[in-house]
Amino acid sequence: MNINLELTDKKTPISGEVRICTRDLSLYYGDFQALRNITLDIPENAIMAIIGPSGCGKSTFLRLFNRMNDLITGVRVEGSVELDGVDIYDKDIDVVELRKRVGMVFQKPNPFPMSVFENVAFGPKRHGRKNRMELEDIVEKSLKQAALWDEVSDKLGQSALALSGGQQQRLCIARVLAVEPEVILMDEPCSALDPIATLRIEDLMRSLAENYTIVIVTHNMQQAARASDMSAFFMMEEDRAGVLVECGATEKIFTNPQDKRTEDYITGRFG
Amino acid sequence: MEIRTAFHKRLREIQNDVLAMGSMVEKAINRSIEALKERDLDKAHKIITDDLKINKKRFTIEEKCVQLIATQQPMAGDLRAIICVLNIITEIERIGDHAEGIAKIVVMIGDEPPLKPLIDIPRMAEKAIDMLHRSLDALVNKDADAAKQIVTEDNEVDDLYDQVFRELLTFMAEDPKTITRATRLIWVAHNLERSADRVTNICERVVYMVTGKMEELGISKY
Repeated sequence: MNINLELTDKKTPISGEVRICTRDLSLYYGDFQALRNITLDIPENAIMAIIGPSGCGKSTFLRLFNRMNDLITGVRVEGSVELDGVDIYDKDIDVVELRKRVGMVFQKPNPFPMSVFENVAFGPKRHGRKNRMELEDIVEKSLKQAALWDEVSDKLGQSALALSGGQQQRLCIARVLAVEPEVILMDEPCSALDPIATLRIEDLMRSLAENYTIVIVTHNMQQAARASDMSAFFMMEEDRAGVLVECGATEKIFTNPQDKRTEDYITGRFG
Repeated sequence: MEIRTAFHKRLREIQNDVLAMGSMVEKAINRSIEALKERDLDKAHKIITDDLKINKKRFTIEEKCVQLIATQQPMAGDLRAIICVLNIITEIERIGDHAEGIAKIVVMIGDEPPLKPLIDIPRMAEKAIDMLHRSLDALVNKDADAAKQIVTEDNEVDDLYDQVFRELLTFMAEDPKTITRATRLIWVAHNLERSADRVTNICERVVYMVTGKMEELGISKY
């Protein structure tokens, strides 16, 4: 695997401390190996894009970080996944606490069938925050961070299902932010959105990266190029196991990738 | 399996356009020296008029590149190839201007008697044309080594320029009446020397396209 971190833009925050890392990480669904020997560092306050063809294990890789794969029977993980130096697959790890620290935004906006306010307050309430004024503060702060406050501040009591797709997705981001995570996982968060809503989410990601570490899986290479600081290219080997081919600063990956397979993929010479 | 066939076809078409433009400029230099040797003012005027076609060709290629960037969002090697073309066509167009410059000098010289038989100036032209031709081959073949080799050959053109300059200086020192004619020939040689320098810029772009590294490959004496 090539590591390629030369940078011309010093502002790109990829020199920060490693927030998440995997070491020789392999994942199996029963007998099928979905990921093979992935070793990757994700720095804090960076946006890491995971790109690659369908079936190469991008989403599986993403779901490792909040142990969403645990919900699938027959899953087995080898190697390690560390968050701030702690192995999150250690048996002593509280998975509920882990998922509070590592929030997730999904492909399709999935607001709960309740009011805008209740959607955002849901997580904090579950984690014991009951005080109404405190919840109001959290809801306002989260919606502001998600760049949605101005659009919904006068309809907090209305059903979240009445919002547009792009607003719903930002609501889902606000819902994640409300429990004050450290890492935000995004699994193709814009695939169901129109181009303007997509650009809004990308803009939002950039502002969120000041305080959070973001890992995004995207099929849209232009999105990875526009919105991320680092990109990791995955592909399948012959037995269909996903491997990490190359990881580096996004500007390098999209202008001068070091591995021919990366070049061929991003220039559309194979798919 | 190749996926972006239509896009890559357009990219190849652009490269072919660059070759065609290069060929126009090679002919322009060649004919400018012929016009100089033959005192052929008609030929010189034709070169001056034809330079507009070269300039137009450059704009057409540039427009195609802009359209491809806007509509196809090229990445990595494809992006570098387009950026490379955008730079190269500027250099080729300027080499065309040097040919036009020589043609204008031919017009200035008019029917003045020749100062001396032309030997090194045609050699400079031949070398510059050869370097230009091979630099565009290197572009199409994505051959960084060939591009680097061509850069080293700029010294030969510089040496010929030195020789022309020294020789003409001697003429001028011996007989001040030759100063005007000799100076004009120095201008011609200077145009050719600059043409070869521009070829080295083309070569740098070819190396960037192939390797992704921007580097100055050679520093001309002039």
